[in-house]
Amino acid sequence: MAANIGQSIRRFEDPRFLQGQGKYVANLTLPNMAYMAVKRSPHAHARINGIDSSAAEAMDGVIAVFTGHDLEADDIGWLPCGWQVPDLRMPALRALVLHKVRHVGDRVAIVLAESPYIAEDAVEAIQVDYEPLPAAIGARKATEPGAPQVHRGVDNNTCFVWELGDKEAHEKAFAEADHIVELDLINQRLIATAMEPRAAVAQWNAFTEEMTLWTTSQNPNLIRWVMGAFTLKIPEHKLRLISPDVGGGFGSKIPHYPEEVLVPWAARKIGRPVKWVAARSESAMSDTQGRDHVTRARLALKNDGTITGIGVETWADMGAYLSIVAPLIPTAFYITVLSGLYKIPGIYGKTYGVMTNTVWVDAYRGAGRPEAAYVIERLVDMAAHKLGMDPIALREKNLIPADEFPYQTPVALSYDSGNYKGLFAKALDVANYEKLRRDQEKARAEGRLVGVGVASCIEASGPVPSAVSGALGGVTGFWEAGTIRVHASGKVTAITGAHSHGQGHDTTFVQIVADQFGVSMDDVDLVHGDTAVVTNGMGTYGSRSTSVGASALVKSSEKIREKMKKLAAHLLEADVADVVYDTEKAAVYVKGSPDKSKSFGDLAYAAYTGHSLPEGMEPGLEEITYYDPHNFTYPNSLHIAQVEIDRDTGEVSIQRYVAVDDVGNVINPLIVEGQVLGGVAQGVGQALWEHGVYDENGQLVSGTLLDYAMPRADRFPMIETARTVTPSPHNPLGVKGVGEMGTITATPTIVNAVLDALAPLGIDHLDMPLSAPKIHAAIQGRMNGGD
Amino acid sequence: MQVSLTVNGKNYRRDVEPRTLLVDFLRDHLNLTGTNIGCDTSQCGSCTIHMNGEAVKSCTVLTVQADGADLRTIEGLANGELHPMQNAFWNEHGLQCGFCTPGMIMSAVKLVENGKNLSEEDIRHGLEGNICRCTGYQNIVKAVQAAAKEMAGGD
Amino acid sequence: MYPPKFDYYRAGSVQEALTLRKQHNAKFLAGGHSLLPAMKLRLNDPGALVDIGRIDALKGISEGNGTVTIGALTTHTMVHAAGNLPDILTDAAGWIGDPMVRNRGTVGGNIAHADPASDLPTVFVALRARFHLAGPGGSRVVEADRFFTGLFETALGEDELVTAIEVPARSNQTGSAYAKLFNPASRYAIVGAGAVLTMAGNECTAASVAIGGLTSFSRRAPSVEAALVGRKLDDAALEAAAAQVANDLGDDVMGDIHASADYRRSMAPVFVRRALAQARSRA
Repeated sequence: MAANIGQSIRRFEDPRFLQGQGKYVANLTLPNMAYMAVKRSPHAHARINGIDSSAAEAMDGVIAVFTGHDLEADDIGWLPCGWQVPDLRMPALRALVLHKVRHVGDRVAIVLAESPYIAEDAVEAIQVDYEPLPAAIGARKATEPGAPQVHRGVDNNTCFVWELGDKEAHEKAFAEADHIVELDLINQRLIATAMEPRAAVAQWNAFTEEMTLWTTSQNPNLIRWVMGAFTLKIPEHKLRLISPDVGGGFGSKIPHYPEEVLVPWAARKIGRPVKWVAARSESAMSDTQGRDHVTRARLALKNDGTITGIGVETWADMGAYLSIVAPLIPTAFYITVLSGLYKIPGIYGKTYGVMTNTVWVDAYRGAGRPEAAYVIERLVDMAAHKLGMDPIALREKNLIPADEFPYQTPVALSYDSGNYKGLFAKALDVANYEKLRRDQEKARAEGRLVGVGVASCIEASGPVPSAVSGALGGVTGFWEAGTIRVHASGKVTAITGAHSHGQGHDTTFVQIVADQFGVSMDDVDLVHGDTAVVTNGMGTYGSRSTSVGASALVKSSEKIREKMKKLAAHLLEADVADVVYDTEKAAVYVKGSPDKSKSFGDLAYAAYTGHSLPEGMEPGLEEITYYDPHNFTYPNSLHIAQVEIDRDTGEVSIQRYVAVDDVGNVINPLIVEGQVLGGVAQGVGQALWEHGVYDENGQLVSGTLLDYAMPRADRFPMIETARTVTPSPHNPLGVKGVGEMGTITATPTIVNAVLDALAPLGIDHLDMPLSAPKIHAAIQGRMNGGD
Repeated sequence: MQVSLTVNGKNYRRDVEPRTLLVDFLRDHLNLTGTNIGCDTSQCGSCTIHMNGEAVKSCTVLTVQADGADLRTIEGLANGELHPMQNAFWNEHGLQCGFCTPGMIMSAVKLVENGKNLSEEDIRHGLEGNICRCTGYQNIVKAVQAAAKEMAGGD
Repeated sequence: MYPPKFDYYRAGSVQEALTLRKQHNAKFLAGGHSLLPAMKLRLNDPGALVDIGRIDALKGISEGNGTVTIGALTTHTMVHAAGNLPDILTDAAGWIGDPMVRNRGTVGGNIAHADPASDLPTVFVALRARFHLAGPGGSRVVEADRFFTGLFETALGEDELVTAIEVPARSNQTGSAYAKLFNPASRYAIVGAGAVLTMAGNECTAASVAIGGLTSFSRRAPSVEAALVGRKLDDAALEAAAAQVANDLGDDVMGDIHASADYRRSMAPVFVRRALAQARSRA
């Protein structure tokens, strides 16, 4: 057997999805279940002068209406922010507000009813007396004097200021620069829009005094931890969280949400199971959103194109409350990756965390790293145009050479491995870059607006030693737990705290574990997403599952193999130093005497009978590992796109897209490619269409899919993918993260391509999304001689 | 109001409130939860089923409008073995989180049944009523191409 | 999202539909693809609905005397597939929403709803379609360009029902086309332009042009038409005629987060020109 790693195996989890048997939370119905609906604020900012729920309570089928005061009376705790940067001003986040609403969709009351239809009717019938207040909108504007204040105690709406870098080296770089490129940019608000809206079901067991909560989470163990300690205050060992099949997350299912408090609290209160399922428009105003940076950036260069410095100042919109890891995203996940793939001595960045009257912002696919990549790759592209250099040539000139790894950047990170020249060579070859440029010249001569865009990016994925997390403000660590349980029958259960919400863990992790022993993949089962089985874990985000989660399973497998070797040596009357675990045959044999062997099955059985064990060995065959990563892993990419702009309308069409990524060793190429393809589409979505728009009153204007433009099938050509492989040296599988690389890279690639198309008109920057009207206006402005 | 309809070859007679959406009827009354709800504005297509042989968005049909109709949901697509479209989605990795998949497959089946020699462009255009956040659509397009071949060969 | 409660009545005939509507002060429900989304978002709470979806007499397409009559309950899919309708209608019907929406949405429901961003109103105005309406006092016919009167407003009385739409049959001298700028999110029209050109050689003998999507209701573009009729339609003539649309837009060009009024205004001639060019090529 063995050597499942590296194979494109179609996914084991798929048959259930293909036949409509996915186990999503919304599919769960329990006997005697009641349904919850949430009364949400239509105002961005308002004082609540009164709530009249009498009409709602009088409706047939309404069980109860509760407000924030009921929660206070039951000592339900606030939802904490789990990332405490220095001097953080952390406003109170209650599951239901008491006196004030602070964003459209803020939670005012809940209804429990016999059906979801009745619950919604009753929500409509609740009368809330609001006194509207002016809203703080826009990260930069909200810090200006006289701006409405979102929270008392958060002066200037600034909840933290964070800086990193060698300020002196940075200032020297700019003082001595031959060229300085400056750019003000906006990285716009996005709405994650996982296709499965959030949902929760809770059941209180009065006999065992245990609460079970089914919730659409990327990290149920983490949520249990927070619920036990802070919000619901039912101790962890009496709380069971189950995140069964989860229909996509992209970061929006990391946070601990108010509904995860309200549903179980209400279930206990009314003595019935309770279910809540968000509508899409409800998700739009209550799921954490992404990005939203206002940034001033600059790049220092020498005449020959050597980059000597980069500086950023960013106002990061946090929304109305601090979500669970929100302060991490624009700080340690952002400024630390400003070196990109380049050797840059002078890097300095500063971020202001700003509260506004909008939905909370937290991790969204890439989380901080796409924002950094966008800043760097826009600056580098602008520099190439300014210096008259080819954007590839300028990048190549500044790449960190392959022989300088591990490479210590001036902003804290130590890159583990890379061969960026090799990556570039591959991508240029696959794309036939020179021909793209020749074709572009021809097209330009015909008056067509054709652009070629490139972006080369890094991700710091699979964070990070727990001690580093702690030093940076993390309330938890970033280890992952992995258990291998070999049953007496020889079957294997692998238990991971990582969680699949589409990534295909049930396949890749099984490939990995089967290879550790040489057993058939049919004999390995992966369990995740149920805290009753998964005793501890941290979940899936930050492209960490394989590099951290699977590494824990590899380590546990090593322990099992060691125990099997000891047991085999004992049974074969050989010295343990003389036996070998053979993953080809799934057996332990004596060196030089392959006929003297014990099979995996024999050893599993023997371990459980306990009839003959070596001195001091306990029966059983089960090991757990808490794997703490030694470092991030550093996947990297070069993407190349060709676009054409319709001069009449400003519409962009993508003609070619080439994605070349180095994500280290690959477990399942089919799945890895799928991650890249999906990631690219999401990154293109930000570049061209997606925008969470608030008006000046804080109304979420793009609150439904009629107004939030999702990528659709007809907007893409076939994307061409390729890989280079530079293994990570510090995890046992040599893997790097892949989940976010496509998204991180696609956004600047497409924006650079569009601006390359517009370059002959003298247009050097436009903010995303690069919508047809925006491009059209820019073209018209230039053609009419305007600026 | 009493309705009577056929779902996946089985007859059902049920009392429903007139406002009951067909998707809720399938999910909550018949426990056919394979048909998902992904939006509230008839955009995403997660709830696509076949009604009298046509693909429809069951979130935008009242159960009373479907009274007497012959419906097929994702649960009724495999006939002992997977439908060629299901198989193709599996082989081509045309799904990740799986949530849009039932609607996507039901939509794709009709696209192929109703179209001849579908080009890549036809397929992409034909799937514009189904939103997928995970895959970037590429492997879905490949799956539909593969299934189209398979389904044509089967005739 | 769930619709509010309502009483439900099912009509077997137009007459029964009118009677039920009156008795219960109800709204008509056809395919439901405009009404149900609005009800789910609780923007519409009709209290009572009369389902006309089963009135078979209102379904289907028939041809005679140089016109084609489309029953109000004919779906967009049926229109798209009919084969005997002017190209402008065939094309536009294939661009409404998506395949599932087209399988349920009906032409009658579409025009009665009169969404300014909808495609068919513009197409029917360009085709100079005639809408057959039935009411308690009998039936009447309203010309398409008199039917649409404002934002979601029409000449249709509360107690009236669209029963059929009459459009000219295809003819060899006439070419027609619809050009649309899609809203990237909803796929509705940001701008939609319809053109029907009758040609004798390369000279235009009759022209009907309509514009929609950007204004509160679809309307004819008489300035464009005047610049076409009697002219030889080379590219420059088309361009010049299309530019005239600026005179026909009125003062209610709308803007939203997807496209400002200025942008829409500047897109009107672009899409009129595209519709004209394609119509010309088909004449």
